[in-house]
Amino acid sequence: MTIQEILQKLPFAPPFLFVDGLDHIDSEKVQGHFIFREDMDCYKGHFKGYPVTPGVLLTEVMAQTGLVCLGIYLLGDEVLAESMTFGLTSTEIEFLRPVFPGEKVTVYAEKVYFRFGKLKCRVTLKNEAQQDVCTGTIAGMIISKPHE
Amino acid sequence: MDKETLITQLKEIVKPYAKNEEALLNINENTDFVNDLKINSANLVDVVLDVEEQFNIVIDNESMERMLNVKSAIEIIEAKLGAQ
Repeated sequence: MTIQEILQKLPFAPPFLFVDGLDHIDSEKVQGHFIFREDMDCYKGHFKGYPVTPGVLLTEVMAQTGLVCLGIYLLGDEVLAESMTFGLTSTEIEFLRPVFPGEKVTVYAEKVYFRFGKLKCRVTLKNEAQQDVCTGTIAGMIISKPHE
Repeated sequence: MDKETLITQLKEIVKPYAKNEEALLNINENTDFVNDLKINSANLVDVVLDVEEQFNIVIDNESMERMLNVKSAIEIIEAKLGAQ
């Protein structure tokens, strides 16, 4: 599966698409990137007068790349039923440095396991200076859409 | 390996994922992973993977779907160990 095909299959759209592109993907790992644009709505309120990227959005970048992009790749030609979707099941993340408006971050995710529909990854987010921004373990699962 | 030993080992495996401590303390053959121990479905996968590692066996999809309580877990582990 090509990177372009993976990006087309992503179930996200702006303003909640947090993958700009992938640099590399194979069955063990994925590397992707995202730029936090200065005009994003979150900076109007986080914080008042001092814009810093919220940790939940850093987590989202790691989850969309490390779990959903890699998950789509690992599923390959297996078509997900219309009633199924991806669900985030756990995160254990340390936040080490702030990310300011306009910064580009790169996700490095490594598969721990993909079994019985659950994908668990070790992930690290780095800034352009290649410093660790946050690091930890995240997991997600293929689940049936609860409201259907 | 007798049943008591197996249950003791299972107890250690499910400990990090069980949300109901009382049910964990009283774990027995009739304990249900979801209804009694309150283990969520994502962590059921971790239980199965830890069982694989502990007993050095491979659990297939069909067994995974059945492994919802102590009784069926013991049956599956014993069958896999017996087949080796």
